[in-house]
Order: sequence, then C-alpha cells, then structure tokens
Amino acid sequence: MQSTLSDLSIGERGVIEVVTAARPLAVRLMELGLVEGTEVRIKRRAPLGDPLELELRGYSLSIRADEARCVRVRREP
Amino acid sequence: MTTNATPTVLFAGNPNAGKTTLFNLLTGARAKVGNYPGVTVDRREAKLKLDDGSHSTVVDLPGAYSLTARSAEERVAIEALLAAGSATPAAVVVVLDATTLGRGLYFATQVLEVGLPTVIALTMIDEAKKLGMVIDHAKLAASLGCAVVPVVATRGDGKDELVRAIRDAVTSVPARSPLRRFDAELEADITVVEDALVAATMGSRSDEAAKRRLRVLAQWALLSIGDDELTGVAAGVREAVERVRSDAKRANRDVDRELVTARYKRVDPLLRDVLGEKAGPVKRLSSRIDDVLVHPVWGLLVFVGVMFVVFQALFAWAEPLMGLIESGVDALSAFAKAELPEGAFTDLLVNGIIAGVGNVVVFVPQIAILFVFITLLEDSGYLARVAFVIDRIMAKVGLNGKAFVPMLSGFACAIPAVMATRTIESRRDRLLTMLVVPLMSCSARLPIYVLMTSVVFDPSDKVFGFLSTGALVLFAMYVTSVVAALGVAFVLGRTALKGPRPTLVIELPPYRMPRAINIGRATTSRVRRFLADAGTVILALTILLWALLNYPKDSVSEARFEQMRAVATADADEEARQAALAEIDAEQAGERLRNSAAGRAGRLFEPALEPLGFDWKIGVGLIGAFAAREVFVSTLGLVYDVSDATEEDQGLHAKLRAAKHRDGSRVFTPLTGVALMVFFVLACQCMSTLAVVRRESGSWKWPAFMFGYMTSLAYLVTLVVYQVGRAFGWGV
Ligand SMILES: Nc1nc2c(ncn2[C@@H]2O[C@H](COP(=O)(O)OP(=O)(O)O)[C@@H](O)[C@H]2O)c(=O)[nH]1
Ligand SMILES: [Mg+2]
Repeated sequence: MQSTLSDLSIGERGVIEVVTAARPLAVRLMELGLVEGTEVRIKRRAPLGDPLELELRGYSLSIRADEARCVRVRREP
Repeated sequence: MTTNATPTVLFAGNPNAGKTTLFNLLTGARAKVGNYPGVTVDRREAKLKLDDGSHSTVVDLPGAYSLTARSAEERVAIEALLAAGSATPAAVVVVLDATTLGRGLYFATQVLEVGLPTVIALTMIDEAKKLGMVIDHAKLAASLGCAVVPVVATRGDGKDELVRAIRDAVTSVPARSPLRRFDAELEADITVVEDALVAATMGSRSDEAAKRRLRVLAQWALLSIGDDELTGVAAGVREAVERVRSDAKRANRDVDRELVTARYKRVDPLLRDVLGEKAGPVKRLSSRIDDVLVHPVWGLLVFVGVMFVVFQALFAWAEPLMGLIESGVDALSAFAKAELPEGAFTDLLVNGIIAGVGNVVVFVPQIAILFVFITLLEDSGYLARVAFVIDRIMAKVGLNGKAFVPMLSGFACAIPAVMATRTIESRRDRLLTMLVVPLMSCSARLPIYVLMTSVVFDPSDKVFGFLSTGALVLFAMYVTSVVAALGVAFVLGRTALKGPRPTLVIELPPYRMPRAINIGRATTSRVRRFLADAGTVILALTILLWALLNYPKDSVSEARFEQMRAVATADADEEARQAALAEIDAEQAGERLRNSAAGRAGRLFEPALEPLGFDWKIGVGLIGAFAAREVFVSTLGLVYDVSDATEEDQGLHAKLRAAKHRDGSRVFTPLTGVALMVFFVLACQCMSTLAVVRRESGSWKWPAFMFGYMTSLAYLVTLVVYQVGRAFGWGV
C-alpha cells in the first residue's frame, strides 16, 4: 500500500519516495530537501490539528495536511 | 570588472541563517535601506572596510532557499548575482547555518556555479557544537573550491578571518570552483534552454564567465517558468522551457525532479564527508520549548497571552507617548498663533502644516512599538509559530497563517500592516491580505468611536445592569472590523482574487535569544519608512484640506464679521468683550466653512448621506476624514463653531447633542452614532494607505479597487444599519 506523509502518525518516520504535488509547490518542497531518500519524521500537529510539523535534514518544516498528502513516503520501522 | 568603482560584495543565504546579524557585525550602523527598483524588497547596503584599508559595498540580498524565482520579488537575488558588465559583483558571501548544512549547501552550490569569487560564512557554529556536530570546514572548502570561514555572528567570533577571506576574494582572482555536469539527458535539456536564452539575448556565450551565467540562468528558467508571475521573459524562452518539459513528460521524465534531486545527490555525500561522527540524536532545547509553546492547550494559552501583550502594548503603552506628542503639537501651535501676526499664512502654518505634521508624528510611538514586537517575535523564532498555530483558522477564509501578524498590526495602523505583508511569498495571498488589512480597526478610528459613544450614550447607560453601553458598542466595533476583514477575504478569495488554494510551507526555526541591536535597527528603519510614506501624503492632504475648508472666502460675510468685531471691541467690560470676540471668531469660522469648497461639497452630498442619517455637517467631517480619520473630530468642531475641538470637549459634546435636522429631530441619536461608527469601521478614509498599497502592489489598480469596495461596503452596511434601526425604532 502506498502511504503519504499525512498517513504517518506523530513520532513516526518515513522515507520520501516522490513529491506528487502540482508544480510550484512541488519545486518548493523538493528544494527544501524533500527529495527521494530523505528521512522525515512527523514531529507534531499544530494545536488546532493542522498544519503538521516535520523534521528533516536537521530542521523543522511546517506544511498543511493537504500538502502532506502530496508527498509519498515509505514507512520506516 | 571596473577597478575605479567600489567593489560590490553580495550577502546571500537561507532565511534565518544569520545574514542580518553578520551584516550588522561587519558593517556597523551605517546601513542604507531602500528598495530594489521596481519591486518592494528591502535593499540594505553598507560600506565595509577591508583589512587592507580599501572599501567595498556590501549588499544584503533577500533570504532564499534556492535561486528559483517565480516573481519579480524573488528574482532580485539571481539578478544581482548574474549582473554583468560594471555591475558584476566582486565577490559573494554565502551565509550558511551550520546546523542545517544540507539545505544550505543546496543553495550554496547553485551560487557557486555562477563562478564569482565566493566565501562561505558558516554561522551558528556554537549551536552546531552543542548539537555534537563537528564540521570539517577545510574539507568542505577543498570540495567546493572556495574559502569556508566558521563564525558565531552573535559573538563576533571569526569576524577578522571573514574580512580577510572577503579581501582575498575581492582582490585576487581565485580559480573558479569546478563545474560539475549532470547526466546527458538533463544536460541536453539545459542546452536547449540556453540556446533560447542566447537567441532572446538574455544571455551569451561570449566568454567563460558568460557561459557560467547562461547555465545558471537556464536552470533558473527550467525551475521557475510556467505557473509564474514573471514579466519580461522572452516568448522564445517560455516556449523552449514548455517544450523541454512536455518532451520530458512524454519520455516519463520530470525535469524539475531531476534537477533538484541531482543537486541533492551531490550535496548529500559531501555532507556525510564533512560532518564528523554525530553524537546520537540530541533533543534541542528548542524542541523542548515547543513542547510547551505549541502544546494543544498551553500553546493556545501562550498564543492568546502573547497577542494580548502586543495588543495591550499598542494601546496602553503608546498612549502616554501619544498624549505627550499631542500636547507638544498643541503647545507649538499655540506658540505660533501667539507669536505670529494673524492672517492666512499663520493659519496655514498652524492648521495646515503643524497640524499635518502632528497627525503623522502622533503614530510614531505605536508604530515603533509594533515593529519592536514584530522583530522580537521574528528574531526569537516565535513569529513562525504564530503562523503555525493560527493557520487552521486563517485557512477557513482562504488566507494562510502568515496573514495573521499583518492583520493584528492593522489594529495599530494599516500602513505598517500593509508593509508587513511582505513576508507572504505568494503574490495572490499577499494582495488578498493587503486588501483586507485596512478594514481592521486602526487607532485613528478610536477618537471617533470615543467621541460618538460619549455623545450619544449616557455613561450611566447599562446593558444587563452592569455593562456600560458605550464600552459594549466600542467592543462591537472591533468585532465588526475583524468579521468584515475575514468575510471580505473569504469573498474576494473566491471572486476577484480567485487562485490556486493557498498553501503554507514555513520553516520553524529554533528559538534564539533576540538581540537588541537587530531590533533597534529594524525598528528605526521601519519608522523612517513610515515617516517618508505616510508623512508626505498626510502632510500634503492636511494642507489641501485646510485650503478646502477655508476657501473660497465670501467677502460680504467677512465684512459683516469685521463690523461685528468693531462693535464688540467697543464694549467697556473686559470680560464681556473677550467673550463676545471669541463668539464672533467661532461663528466666523463656521460661516467660512459653510462657504468653503468643503462646505459646499458637504451640502452637495447631503441627499446621498440623508438615508444614512447624516446631515451635510457630518458630510464635511467625512471629507476631512479622508486626509486622516482623526481630522473628523476637529472638522466637526469647525462646522459646529467650537474652537479647538477635542474628543473630550464638553463644548463640542453639547453642540452635537443639540444639533437638529431641518425637521427639528435630533441629529446625533444613538442610532446615528452607531451608524457613523460603522461607516468609519468600513470606509477607506486614508490616502496614505492607498499610496502604500499602490507601492506594494505595483499598480493603481488595487488601491482603486480597495477604495471602491470599502466605500461601497461602508455605504451599504451603514444604510442597512440606519434604516433597519429606524424601522424598529432602535435608538432614535
Ligand atoms: N547562536 C547563534 N545565533 C545566531 C548566530 N547568527 C545569528 N543568530 C541568531 O539567529 C537569528 C536569525 O538571525 P538573522 O541575522 O536575523 O538571520 P537572517 O534571517 O539570515 O537575516 C537571530 O535570532 C540571531 O540572533 C550565530 O552565529 N549563533
Ligand atoms: Mg534578516
């Protein structure tokens, strides 16, 4: 089964497979380091439930759940 | 490269990498702040003295994660880097945060490809050490082919070494860092775009440096063109990019992904190579702070608390300073009135120029406090959390979390609030925010609310027996303004500014101790900008308004007043004489106003204002309010023959309470008062805001649209409030 970043629960890790977002967003996410093989961890959700906070490449990035659905990942045990 | 001009050194880097701190450290306090021509992106530049005694000009480029640029604003960085001829920079300093080296190197390798002499300043070395990171900067320098200087920008460690490296870069001509090629398919794509760029004379292959620039430009075009907001890109280049992309798609390739991934594939091994053994994962202090600050419960409480403090500061703390400025201005005009001979010039000086300057300067305390807080929040890292916490709510009306701070700033003044929208990258989201920010109830509206509530409500009026009606109505005005701003955003986002669903992609930087020097500099430069922007407009309009309120003069009535004065002066009793003269002065002022251009206009508009419950005198006040809203109070004072009116003025209160329509009914009923306040909440009565929106949006189209929608909205809503209120007999 294919999972996306938004399927991961808090604290869970995944490895990026591909960003499927539409163009401007896709380029931005990739340039921020969400490229194939990068490990990402879901750190937390905002107090009101959205957006998410991701941890990757030693920094924290916040994106909305809608955007997280456009990032395919492989779950890491 | 010209030798006689001062060499230019560019500072580039990711946001929050420590660029501004380093810039301030190297150049001291002599920064000039302006805008890049054509776009509203701050351009900070300053002189840097090198260790050989020569000078160079340091330019702080806007922070960026890459050279991709989909708008004129973002394009500033790449244009500065690729400038040819005499504008060619002598060197580039790439500021990299040592703790997020991977992402930083993505940007650095892009800049290095330009082929300019480059120095990498590795900041946050102190934090990297705490995280157990050991960075082999010599190895990094060798691999990249440029100098790498570790620094701690906040403490000044490494400053001398950095200056020396910059001097080396500027004076000697170091070997260009080696150029690495991508795989054959991608190289072929780049060549197609390069050819198109050459054909469109956007680049050339005249020499090695030009070839380097061309290659960078081609990659920029591939990643940026399409779904962009760029102007001035040759059609041939657009076509080439589209063609490359669609050909690739047919071959099941994705050029964007290949370009970005290929670069990260180079950066990642390099990173592993220069990073020593990492001591297991350390939980950053920052992350522990966030466990509280963005906690589902505590996080919301902290958020509300922080916003309350900002709000409180804007009003309670600024109040005494504003009072001080007001009394200073009053004292100055009293002095000028007493010392100068009576006449049109003195009148212009006192009621035009001094009052105009006063109208501007009185906002300085609030704006300074506002920017101290914004910079404090920004430098500490909490500003990003503000967006993170509130985004869910902003998303409901089609905005994103970054619109929150500009909207909050709108409670102080729309001008800095419009300027604060610069942090929003997408042009559509920025415009949308800009267009609704002036609906937020700014502090210039407050004197009008205060005047109206105290005129139409009795202080002893209570709702439910304990809530003062006046206070409740005041609160309702603030609620109305917020609801209006969010509602209009919701509607405009689906109509006039329909666009792709806004996204939120924002880095949450670690918390850091903000520094007084950064805050001081950011605040002073913003206050200066406000004075230049608002100052000129408000001053000019106050003078214009003065003329509209005073001219043309009616010679018959002037002569009549002279006669009355002569009669009054003959009165033997000193006290009676003074009283009579004061009365004549006030009456004359009123008469002049009725004959003036503004007075005539007020009467002209009366039929349109009547359904709102306003008479022509209020109409004159509304005309005055277009210069600056607070002017409404003093204009009403003029129309109602009260000299030197203030919102607490008992004379003005009495006159307003006694004012009658032609049919003998009271003008200022509670309903009219509320209708008038609602009008002030919604109407666009601030020329400076329009001027700033014009600058920030780049055309007159948007301020014109803003003026149109706000004024129509104000008229319609006020009409409904008044007519419905009257039909039900509320507050008449
Ligand atoms: N610990 C540490 N903090 C730094 C250093 N350089 C900058 N900072 C802090 O990092 C934050 C962002 O710095 P700033 O200069 O505004 O970054 P810019 O966005 O690149 O201009 C501020 O709070 C600075 O005080 C450094 O070398 N070490
Ligand atoms: Mg900065």
